[in-house]
Amino acid sequence: MERFDVIVVGAGPAGATAGRALAQAGLNVLVVERAATPGAKNVSGGLLYSRAVAEVYPEFWKHAPIERAIAAHQIVMLGEHTSTALDFRSAQAATPPFNAFSVLRAKLDPWLATQAEEAGASLISGVNVDALLVENGRVVGIQAGPDQIGADVVVVAEGTAGLLLKQAGLRGPHNPHDVSLGVKEVIALPPDVIEERFQCDAETGAAYTLVGSTGGVEGGGFIYTNKASLSVGVVVKIDSLYASGRHPHEILDAFKAHPLVQRLVRGGEVVEYSAQTVHRGGFHLATQLVGDGYVVAGSAARLLVNNVLTLRGMDFAITSAVEAAQAILQARFAGSYTAATLGNYVERLKATSIYQDWRTFKDAYGLMENPRLFSLYPDLAGEVLERLLTADTKPGSKALGALSEALKGKASWLTLSQDMLQIARGMVL
Amino acid sequence: MTAASQKPQLSLDARLGLDRYEIDAEQSHIAVDHDKCKTCTTRPCLVCCPAIVYRWTDERVAVAYENCLECGTCQIACDHGGRGAITWHIPAGGFGIAFRYG
Ligand SMILES: Cc1cc2nc3c(=O)[nH]c(=O)nc-3n(C[C@H](O)[C@H](O)[C@H](O)COP(=O)(O)OP(=O)(O)OC[C@H]3O[C@@H](n4cnc5c(N)ncnc54)[C@H](O)[C@@H]3O)c2cc1C
Ligand code: SF4
Ligand code: SF4
Repeated sequence: MERFDVIVVGAGPAGATAGRALAQAGLNVLVVERAATPGAKNVSGGLLYSRAVAEVYPEFWKHAPIERAIAAHQIVMLGEHTSTALDFRSAQAATPPFNAFSVLRAKLDPWLATQAEEAGASLISGVNVDALLVENGRVVGIQAGPDQIGADVVVVAEGTAGLLLKQAGLRGPHNPHDVSLGVKEVIALPPDVIEERFQCDAETGAAYTLVGSTGGVEGGGFIYTNKASLSVGVVVKIDSLYASGRHPHEILDAFKAHPLVQRLVRGGEVVEYSAQTVHRGGFHLATQLVGDGYVVAGSAARLLVNNVLTLRGMDFAITSAVEAAQAILQARFAGSYTAATLGNYVERLKATSIYQDWRTFKDAYGLMENPRLFSLYPDLAGEVLERLLTADTKPGSKALGALSEALKGKASWLTLSQDMLQIARGMVL
Repeated sequence: MTAASQKPQLSLDARLGLDRYEIDAEQSHIAVDHDKCKTCTTRPCLVCCPAIVYRWTDERVAVAYENCLECGTCQIACDHGGRGAITWHIPAGGFGIAFRYG
């Protein structure tokens, strides 16, 4: 049986980074990717938060295929015919170390994989890992077609679906309540149109996070500017999706038909339609991170920070891969790769700032269970402002009166105050 | 905004037509246990798939696997909201969807 020190399953951000770190340390590493070219199977909304990534790939923005530095964030509540927005701009986010970049995975992932190869890792693409080889409860290698390949330790970085972990009985079932489907279009637009429409310059761009207008289905929408295209999509919880009886592409179409979204995508040409699942990121959802002979990194371990306004999976994947690699090196020094020696990965991960963020926002998940956030409040916000801003022929009222009018028959003051408290607990306090 | 500047929404088929696939003509990567479907009244597979790979035809589920975007939704939806009839494998190495943007 052919042998490597380490086999990495998957060349996404987690797998490529683990491969690079271990090869840099002089280990004999094999990275196996099922796509013919890394990235060809991968979809994200597209914001790569840069601070943690720059610690691993210093000044990556000078070399990596990033699209635009995101210097403007719009948080929008979409009512049926209204939109209420918070417009945040930061000049700081337009200069190093930046905050986030828009990226397209079919471009980013090959770059990451090349970094691993340049560090000395062997990469094979277009090959499926069909199973993890398990002997006496210990992962000892992989099965790929007719080939069995052995390794001291396997880094499982297979992404959200986690089919190999499932097959080997190493993770619990996915729950449609905890997993969302993202459907996305890449819409081509000339750079000068993007820059004018989104008020940015040649290097910078904007990110819109939109709540509401998913027809009451729990989820939200996004619009991110790339160099010469927009990434436009909706992310909806799977249980809520099938309860709604609406097809995902119809929810996307309804979102794109909202007047605000329509204006932003106008004249663009759809060049790709894609879909992918993502865990909603609950702190309580993480799978087991280590066992005898293996570690799990990135979204295969359900590592994802989601505080409604930001979704951080790629940087978490990269951070976790680095910590996994360090733990493997430490275990190697100790001369054994058991759950106990590799367990160091968990300790290391807990010390990272992204893990701390994950804990900090653990109450934000409750928010995502609150249907009023997706259906009632976006409309309510618009209605209150409409009452305040419209010079009607009937007498108007102050904000509280307007809110009271808008609330009528939809929710009680008690419900409203409980929800506000929940929002405060999740995001503010 | 003028009506002329507004392009109509693309049909799902037109959208799937924009994507690049390496189709495995030999075998489907999706297996359905049709006996299990017989007792399935909710059929979430028909709703959830972003490519409408599953259709109810002739009293059973027909699977247009060649349109699959490999998102993983159907497996979760059928396991929990259906009867656990779907076994979704990853397509044979190199086959299936190949995103150009992602
Ligand atoms: C709609 C959507 C929007 C998102 N938006 C954002 C965002 O804006 N910002 C952000 O940071 N994160 C975002 N995420 C999350 C982010 O995409 C993931 O967290 C991230 O990709 C995880 O990286 P990974 O390396 O762990 O897994 P992946 O990127 O999924 O990589 C796994 C790799 O393993 C390969 N693979 C799987 N099984 C096998 C096998 N058996 N054999 C060989 N190879 C295999 C796959 O082809 C793939 O290349 C989003 C996700 C979705 C779905
Ligand atoms: S959801 Fe599953 S069990 Fe139900 S009809 Fe679809 S494939 Fe069959
Ligand atoms: S993986 Fe996604 S696109 Fe493919 S059949 Fe299942 S739901 Fe449809």
